[in-house]
Amino acid sequence: MAAGPYSEKVMDHFMNPRNVGEIDGADGVGEVGNPACGDMMRLYLKIDGGTVVDAKFRTFGCGAAIASSSMLTEMIKGKTVEEARAISNQHVADALDGLPAVKIHCSVMAEQAVKSALDDYDKKHAV
Amino acid sequence: MTKAFFDHISTTPLDPRVFEAMRPYFLDRYGNPSSHIHDQGQAALRAVDQARSEVASLIGAKAGEIVFSSGATESNNLAVLGAAEGAGAGKRHVVVSDVEHFSVMNALIPLRNAGYEVTILPVDRNGVVDPDAVRKALRADTALLSVMHANAEIGTIEPIGPIGRIAKEAGVTFHVDATASAGHLPLDVREIPADLVTLSAHNFYGPKGAGALYIREGTKVAPRSFGGFQEMGYRAGTENVPAVVGMGAAAILAKSEMGAWAEHLSRLGKTLWDGLAAIPMLHYTGHPAERLPGHVSFWVEHVEGESLLLFLNMKGVMAASGSACSSNLRGHDEEDLVASPVLRAIGVPTDICTGSITFSLGKGNTADEVRLALDAMPGIVERLRAMSPTYLDYQKQQGKGG
Repeated sequence: MAAGPYSEKVMDHFMNPRNVGEIDGADGVGEVGNPACGDMMRLYLKIDGGTVVDAKFRTFGCGAAIASSSMLTEMIKGKTVEEARAISNQHVADALDGLPAVKIHCSVMAEQAVKSALDDYDKKHAV
Repeated sequence: MTKAFFDHISTTPLDPRVFEAMRPYFLDRYGNPSSHIHDQGQAALRAVDQARSEVASLIGAKAGEIVFSSGATESNNLAVLGAAEGAGAGKRHVVVSDVEHFSVMNALIPLRNAGYEVTILPVDRNGVVDPDAVRKALRADTALLSVMHANAEIGTIEPIGPIGRIAKEAGVTFHVDATASAGHLPLDVREIPADLVTLSAHNFYGPKGAGALYIREGTKVAPRSFGGFQEMGYRAGTENVPAVVGMGAAAILAKSEMGAWAEHLSRLGKTLWDGLAAIPMLHYTGHPAERLPGHVSFWVEHVEGESLLLFLNMKGVMAASGSACSSNLRGHDEEDLVASPVLRAIGVPTDICTGSITFSLGKGNTADEVRLALDAMPGIVERLRAMSPTYLDYQKQQGKGG
């Protein structure tokens, strides 16, 4: 169900967020925040053989932030680390059938969260 | 599904009696009040004059002291810019409180650009302006003091009586933005030495697009729009006659019924306030006692305001937030995301400002509707906290695990 400026897809992911939670012993954890509005996103990744096999999140934020987090986790599961790193905020926003201009920063937060989690993974697995 | 509208501070539904008063002026009495040589024009002029008397009677003013406008924003603009300019070349200082509406605050931008000095009065943690601070801020070159009657976001009622007396002693023009309070709280300009008072019809069950500025006789105000000589020269342009008539009708109803409305709203508001107190880590904002009847504002730790409002809306409960994320959805970019200036003024940190919620009750609300909100709130808060990393961290700090 669409609500105000949000698409039906945003509202679906907001009302029924996928992959909420934590991953014990996550291979990569990323956390980003937006000081302008106080939103915070924490992303947990399980990576096996260079592939993201599981992704979970916890987010404090508005409808767009929660929907972006949920969509991101759906998008990166099954992707290689390289493919996951290539996900941009525009990919997330497009997958949600768009976000209001003022909420684009929520999809940027999703992009930053996956990059941050993959940086953490790289650090933990540096040879 | 039962629906409950608790956003009356943004607008109130039109009272059907007001609508009936307006109806003829859309269809039958369509004359232009400025074209009063014929019957149609005369009927319109009489209607506008009657409405002027009705609005005046709401605040104890004379009819000739009421200037109709398109609403609170235009009235506030006219008050601030018009009074500053009208005060003359030697007066280049303006004083406003830190919790004024954007239509007052943003009117200061052209004044600053024109070389005016602006003093912003701080408020305490309840949002109250200290009259002593007003006394210290006023100067010989002060053109205008603007302090609102009640704040829409946190409900706090300002001590405009003592503040007005200080302004009068200092010979400073005093503007009161009564947008949130007019029609709900008594305000009599024979007792409160306000020189300018902003009124908005749709905030007391009248139509949108109708407002007024009370201008005390003798107050110097320069016009902001130019054209014909409508509205005593302060505001050019053909009056919106149906809206003006509606504002008059709404003013008459408010004058006779505001006491009963306030009693009803206070009773329901207390039920809401007491019920919400059961939610852990919920903090009320605004003054605990000196506040608009039926106005309940708060923030909830680890819960973001817009998310809470979206879930409430799904349950049929419509409330508002002062948060950046919900109030600027029509903004163009991230620069439009600013935490509520009112909450910042009362010392609430930016990240917490996003959790601000305002329930503003109206005369049509019922106890069942309040119960609907109270039943919905705990589950929504719990659900959002379960998603929040900050709540997870809090639980870990408390030794409760994740």
